[in-house]
Amino acid sequence: MEILFDIVSWICLVAGSFFCLTGGIGLLRFPEFFSRIHAASITDTLGAGLIMIGLMFQAGWGLVLAKLILILLFSLIAGTTASHAMAKAALKSGLQPQVVGTMDSETGGAPSKS
Amino acid sequence: MLGGIYSLLSASFFIDLDAVDVAFTEASVGAGISTLLMLASLKLVNRYERKTRYKPLLALGVITITGALLIYGTLDMPHFGDPNAPAQQHVVPRYLNESMAEIGVPNVVTSVLASYRGYDTLGETLVIFTAGLGVMSLLLVSSRTKKESKNLVPADMRQQIILRVVAKMMIPLILIFALYVQFHGDYGPGGGFQAGVIFAAGVILYTMLFGLGVSQRAFHPEVIILLTAFGVLMYAGVGVACMLLGGNFLDYNVLRHDPIHGQHLGILLVELGVGITVAAVMITIFYKFTWRTVKHKYHQ
Amino acid sequence: MFTITALVILVVMALALVRAFKGPTLYDRILAVNNFGTKTVLLVAVMGFLYGRPEFLDIAIVYVLINFISVIGILRFFEYAGKKNAEEEA
Repeated sequence: MEILFDIVSWICLVAGSFFCLTGGIGLLRFPEFFSRIHAASITDTLGAGLIMIGLMFQAGWGLVLAKLILILLFSLIAGTTASHAMAKAALKSGLQPQVVGTMDSETGGAPSKS
Repeated sequence: MLGGIYSLLSASFFIDLDAVDVAFTEASVGAGISTLLMLASLKLVNRYERKTRYKPLLALGVITITGALLIYGTLDMPHFGDPNAPAQQHVVPRYLNESMAEIGVPNVVTSVLASYRGYDTLGETLVIFTAGLGVMSLLLVSSRTKKESKNLVPADMRQQIILRVVAKMMIPLILIFALYVQFHGDYGPGGGFQAGVIFAAGVILYTMLFGLGVSQRAFHPEVIILLTAFGVLMYAGVGVACMLLGGNFLDYNVLRHDPIHGQHLGILLVELGVGITVAAVMITIFYKFTWRTVKHKYHQ
Repeated sequence: MFTITALVILVVMALALVRAFKGPTLYDRILAVNNFGTKTVLLVAVMGFLYGRPEFLDIAIVYVLINFISVIGILRFFEYAGKKNAEEEA
């Protein structure tokens, strides 16, 4: 049982690290703000979530587990809300999403023309 | 400008590696409150500094001399990690080895802060109180502005519905967590300073999202100003109570029949005093900034 | 295993720092600061397990809350300051 927990937690930790890394690279390499926010919020939810779950398997029952669950909940709520607020503020301040020409003709209503 | 926030975040992260309590303070004070207060003061002033007509050479000279003296002072200090340094030999072994027997609090930092070094902490609390008084007297506002600002400020974040709903969920948790930090300081990292700052951050978040009027109904400014003094008085009052019971100033052993229980009670009360003062001063400063901004914006 | 995770998080923090200093618009910088904050939370938690000192988790909780509050504060400030300054900052 211990070994099973260890293996599961390792898988979670490695997967979380991988998502964090992809998110970080995306944050650096994507061309404009709204695609960057997409990359960053992946690290916020998936990466952080997986790493926290991985740590939870190591923690065992007790106060530590409760605190980890608390951190996970907080970061899920706060991270997503902060991303939303940022995107909204950026949009309000006049930053328009950049749209590649081929995309809007095929996927009907995805980006609005206005 | 965002560089400032950055240095705070990264500085606190470096401190993390060693001292839990210091890191805790840094996390709450450095990354949280100072960012918020810096932004609040930036709201007040213009974006760029005005050109001065005189050259402040004298000030530069004074600063250079002070800096040089400080560097000269460090030359006498022992090398980093030197086991013969006075800090390692004088009182630290006693603090570290006997704090469990004498005070009975698992977290050594708390026992040193609140009991062995009670005078120093009282001094720090007084410094915070004085800083609050300074800000209050610098940023005087009329009561008319106060009344008007209640109606003028709340229009700021009306449109962020999701943010408001989420914040409604978060704020009680923040306040409860602040209380946890306050009273759990004996066992884990934490204590009055950190708890006060977290509490104030929660209140500031509430003010930012729901407007000044609503927030002032919950945390009335006059009451808060009274509380700043009350915290310091509570700290000093514990000391005076110790004197009345026949001990020295801030000698908690006499508070109960059993010295260890006395220490527990004393530390708890003193930390509570510190927490109340810190939280109240921070909230007052934030209110003052907000009022002042209203005054600048609407009374020109 | 914790070491690898901590190292990866450090790398991501470095990437976020680069974005924050380069960031063409103001919002890129805020996004990077926010990302840096969440990564700090993760790093603190992982460090706690690495050193076997779970009381680090308290700091992580504080960081989550403070990070949220300060991002909202920054956003509110710039919303208040208006569009003009946002472009100047870039």
